[in-house]
Amino acid sequence: MGLASRILETVAQPLLALAIGLAVSALLMAIYGYDPVLAYKALFTGAYGSTYDLMETLAFAVPIMLTGITFAIGVRAGLFNIGAEGQLYMGAIGAVIAGAFLSLPWPLHVLVATLAGMLFGLLWSVGPALLKVFRGVHEVISTIMFNWIAFYLATYLVLYQLAEPGRAEKTYSVLETARYGVLVEGTSLTSVLFVAIAFNIAVNVFLTQTKMGFELRMYGLNPDAARFAGISEKKVIIVSFLIGGLAAGLAGATQVLGRPPTWALYGTLGNVVRLGFEGIGVALIGRNHPIGIIIASLFVGGLRHGGRYMEIEAGIYSELVDAVTGLIIIALAVPEVFEAIKRYRLKRRVAGG
Amino acid sequence: MRAITAIRMLSIPASFAILLLALSRVGFKIDSLIEASLLAMTPLALAAMGEAINEKGGLVNIGLEGIFLISAAVGVYAAEVFNNGWAGLAAGLAIGAFIGLIFGVLSVYGKADQIIVGIGINIFAIGFVPYFILAEWGVPGIHIPPKEVLVQPIRTPVISISHVTILAIALAFALNYMIKRTPLGLRIRAAGEAPEALDAAGVSIARVRILGAVVSGALTGLGGAFMPLAWFGGIVKEISAGRGFIALAVLVAAGLDPLKALGFAFLFGFAEGLAYVVAFTPGIKEAVPYHLVLMIPYIITLIVVAIFIGRASFPKSIGKPYRRE
Repeated sequence: MGLASRILETVAQPLLALAIGLAVSALLMAIYGYDPVLAYKALFTGAYGSTYDLMETLAFAVPIMLTGITFAIGVRAGLFNIGAEGQLYMGAIGAVIAGAFLSLPWPLHVLVATLAGMLFGLLWSVGPALLKVFRGVHEVISTIMFNWIAFYLATYLVLYQLAEPGRAEKTYSVLETARYGVLVEGTSLTSVLFVAIAFNIAVNVFLTQTKMGFELRMYGLNPDAARFAGISEKKVIIVSFLIGGLAAGLAGATQVLGRPPTWALYGTLGNVVRLGFEGIGVALIGRNHPIGIIIASLFVGGLRHGGRYMEIEAGIYSELVDAVTGLIIIALAVPEVFEAIKRYRLKRRVAGG
Repeated sequence: MRAITAIRMLSIPASFAILLLALSRVGFKIDSLIEASLLAMTPLALAAMGEAINEKGGLVNIGLEGIFLISAAVGVYAAEVFNNGWAGLAAGLAIGAFIGLIFGVLSVYGKADQIIVGIGINIFAIGFVPYFILAEWGVPGIHIPPKEVLVQPIRTPVISISHVTILAIALAFALNYMIKRTPLGLRIRAAGEAPEALDAAGVSIARVRILGAVVSGALTGLGGAFMPLAWFGGIVKEISAGRGFIALAVLVAAGLDPLKALGFAFLFGFAEGLAYVVAFTPGIKEAVPYHLVLMIPYIITLIVVAIFIGRASFPKSIGKPYRRE
């Protein structure tokens, strides 16, 4: 197969899945008498129509390109780690604690607070990893349980331990010395974008250039062969979980240290909820590849930002955007959709001589 | 070996009895604890035993959480349209069966990655249900239907118990008999354990597996509609709160056995009931932060699964699409 057709194939399946997801959601809008054309026009011009909107879409892309890594590095190792949601909450908590209560000079404080977020995310991924390695507990069950425990723990901490006096709805804001700089005045895009992109590239280097990364991928492709080759199953699982935890923790930190205007965590966790689950869609659309994930995050981030315009201009509740993501994921899971089209095209080519 | 099994079986109710006695000493109302446990048990048991049939047949649907959510919303909607709670429960069952059917067809004919489809169903539901609530009732995230459309429980002199709870208990025995003693049960088990043999015998694996997926979806859907209509009395957008995954944990701990699934569902239901009672009993609720109490069911789920998982037995070709050699 030539390079061109390989690229076409890599891109074509996600595109087809996007089309299916958008079409079925259009149907859901039409059922309730909303105008899908108006809605999608508002959505996409809202997401990419101006420099300001592009910056906002990028700001939305930052956390989900990281939680996308959490899911993807699981899949590359043959795991279904859907624990990014909880690890992200804990990462945000870690960033609030280090960012609001330590006093350090400017660049150092940013670094320490970011690392604190990553550390909290990492610690929250240890439980499911150990349960998997030592008791064989399936990660789908354990990570969801850890997500819910994290939700109540983080809510408790925000409301009772970290709440800003007189403003019970949010935590203390992190100090100015712990904040990433705003890139374009008036937007919520900060330099934390570069940290997120660097993290994705680092994960790609890890996967392709290191022995551990090779072992992880080999185990994901064929566990039996990997075991036969002497690769430690426990090591692969634990490393995959820990990198995922770092990524999700960083994602949580970005929403506290790198997202104006709050620089804090809301009591409802409103500024971080669902970002972990959206990462799953990002990972699958990006074919679980760190660079593909960056591209996919621009699309899903666009849905998230543009969804606000859809709400204003077409009156459609923007949470429908998650339904679109869900449908895209389902379409991506069914290889036969794409296979059938390929077979049909092949048949036509043969018939046409 | 028998003796050990017997002791283990007896130790569970015995420890329950001791725990209840201890709790009554500190001021818990035992009857309300049992009622809360049975309510919490019901959707878990329905989903777990339905999915047990599905997984025996070789498919894994981790989209139970999404089915719970969607059928809860659709159930309330139908109950209001027909002004009858039973119609709501039936609608929940029907929409659950429909989602199960789609899952089955995608898995069997589309040879889909079942885990990914399940994740897709869950994320779809996270977006669809708030959209549905707003589009249908014009309020964000929460809707309380009129009292008349709720399904009332049977009031006995001791406790109140829902018809659906009784149905769930009866179904556990019926499905247990079906899967272990009937020709249909044999076919389902063969579809998961030795699909080549079933195929060679001329039975359609596709049909058997899709049947499993539909049964699983239908029972989960009934459980989903049960939550707003016979338990909470209203719907919020996160009504299932991870119960779809707790049902999967029940299933893993029970090793796909419907009767054991009923037992574990009661155990998990008890954990949740305990959390409610702790959260509302005067004298105790002040001492323990509410949010920390709400973690109890999830922590107990993790502990119980970690303890009991060793004995889980799953069919050989579970999760893999069947391809003729």
